[in-house]
Amino acid sequence: MLIKSKKPYQLSEAQVTDEQVYINRRQLLKSMGYIGAGSLLAKPASASPLDFWNSAEKSKFQYRKLDFKISEVSQEQLTPEAKVASHNNFYEFGLDKSDPAKNAQDFKVNPWQLSISGLVNKPLTLDYDDLFKRVPLEERIYRLRCVEAWSMVIPWVGFSLAELIKKADPKSKAKYVAFETLHDPKQMPGQRSRRIGGGIDYPYVEGLRIDEAMNPLAFLSVGLYGKTLPPQNGAPIRLVVPWKYGFKSIKSIVSIKLVDKMPPTTWNLLAPREYGFYANVNPDVAHPRWSQASERRITSGGLFARNRIPTLPFNGYGNEVAHLYKNMDLKRFY
Amino acid sequence: MLTSVKIIVHLAALLPLVWLYYGAINDTLGADPVEYVIHFTGTGALNILLLTLALSPAAKFFKKPVLIKLRRLVGLWAFTYAIFHLLNFIFFELQFDWRLLVSEIVKRPYITVGMMAFLILSLLAFTSINRIKRKMGKNWQQLHNWVYIAAIAVVIHFYWSIKSDIYQPALYALILLWLLSLRRSRIKVWLFK
Repeated sequence: MLIKSKKPYQLSEAQVTDEQVYINRRQLLKSMGYIGAGSLLAKPASASPLDFWNSAEKSKFQYRKLDFKISEVSQEQLTPEAKVASHNNFYEFGLDKSDPAKNAQDFKVNPWQLSISGLVNKPLTLDYDDLFKRVPLEERIYRLRCVEAWSMVIPWVGFSLAELIKKADPKSKAKYVAFETLHDPKQMPGQRSRRIGGGIDYPYVEGLRIDEAMNPLAFLSVGLYGKTLPPQNGAPIRLVVPWKYGFKSIKSIVSIKLVDKMPPTTWNLLAPREYGFYANVNPDVAHPRWSQASERRITSGGLFARNRIPTLPFNGYGNEVAHLYKNMDLKRFY
Repeated sequence: MLTSVKIIVHLAALLPLVWLYYGAINDTLGADPVEYVIHFTGTGALNILLLTLALSPAAKFFKKPVLIKLRRLVGLWAFTYAIFHLLNFIFFELQFDWRLLVSEIVKRPYITVGMMAFLILSLLAFTSINRIKRKMGKNWQQLHNWVYIAAIAVVIHFYWSIKSDIYQPALYALILLWLLSLRRSRIKVWLFK
């Protein structure tokens, strides 16, 4: 008898609403089955059946299909690929949501170096190819809730952050994990000019408590919609922490460092009253300038899409992560 | 001459709105048409309001008194964009959650300031009707000096609504300061007489 144990974050296949995406998922599966690894030799960008969204946009950036354990279909409507890849807060490439998609197409992700260092017994450095090989890839469909009160549902490809950290064998003194984005003003106009970069001191830095980082939900993404990440979404590797506001999910990471003290985080440095270290999605704690009680879910609708939905504590992942914050006053540690 | 200028002004203000809502309804304005229409009409209202304030100094500088006659027209378009801006927020952002609207107006300073500016502009628009203007006599000018307060409130509203950028709101603030400084003697009389 086949006993299938489902992890709580694996959403069921029951009610699929986005038919377009559904159909194309099946095609993707088929093409992988029939062609297998050979598909990697096909022309990179034009090969994907999921390109129907991008057909109008000729982007320079080169994509590659990924081989991964496919996730079950989400019961929530996915945000279309074109929207995921054109609505980005990535101030290194400009302040408007549409700027990163315009300004990041020449971004070089290969070669790349990601180091895992600090309080570990086996420091690691991953080069570009290692990012896709060191840990087997799987797909996770996660809700992403931006602190600006909009949200998306995104099929990421990647692996558990914990898997990678374990390979570096952290020491018991390690209490926090500090992340850092690439600092390359030549490639990132926002790092060259304070006007373009919103007055942020770069490189962008983020952090998690070690138990948060080791939670199976914390994810390192190297792709979305079955392909390598677009540069505007944080290629070649980015963090995804689905129970926290989007700004925690740092992009284009070059350094993961295990440390013993709470590391500084970019938005907290910029406006400590508005953005805390924890930044857990919490409908009961308003941003000083707007309510967090509800959000607009971005899917395929136009202006008249009635897409305002209530925001859930921990973005709906309370069963998996609420225990991390037992006995903590979440109004104080926002 | 004046009529054709007015027609051009009307078209220049109206056509962007047609383009905007056509694109927003058909979902061709990027990933989030709601954010797009809110920002477009908001910055549109601010731009047109500053243009209104620029008309009198421009008329003097270029010796083109005809520009003075455009003030009401352009000002009413600034108000129209402000109406669309507010309706976008209520219809498409809050999606008719009236309780949320009220609590946002009360709790969020940038919304409070924005609503204040909108109320002032509403009064100015209402009293721009000729009959009412005549009835108001001297009080009309008194009331319409409040356009300066509205403009300041709009720039603050814009500055407070932004997460981190300082350059854009600073640019608007500079332009407004310059426009106000051109009429400083007049403003002094209004405030301190």
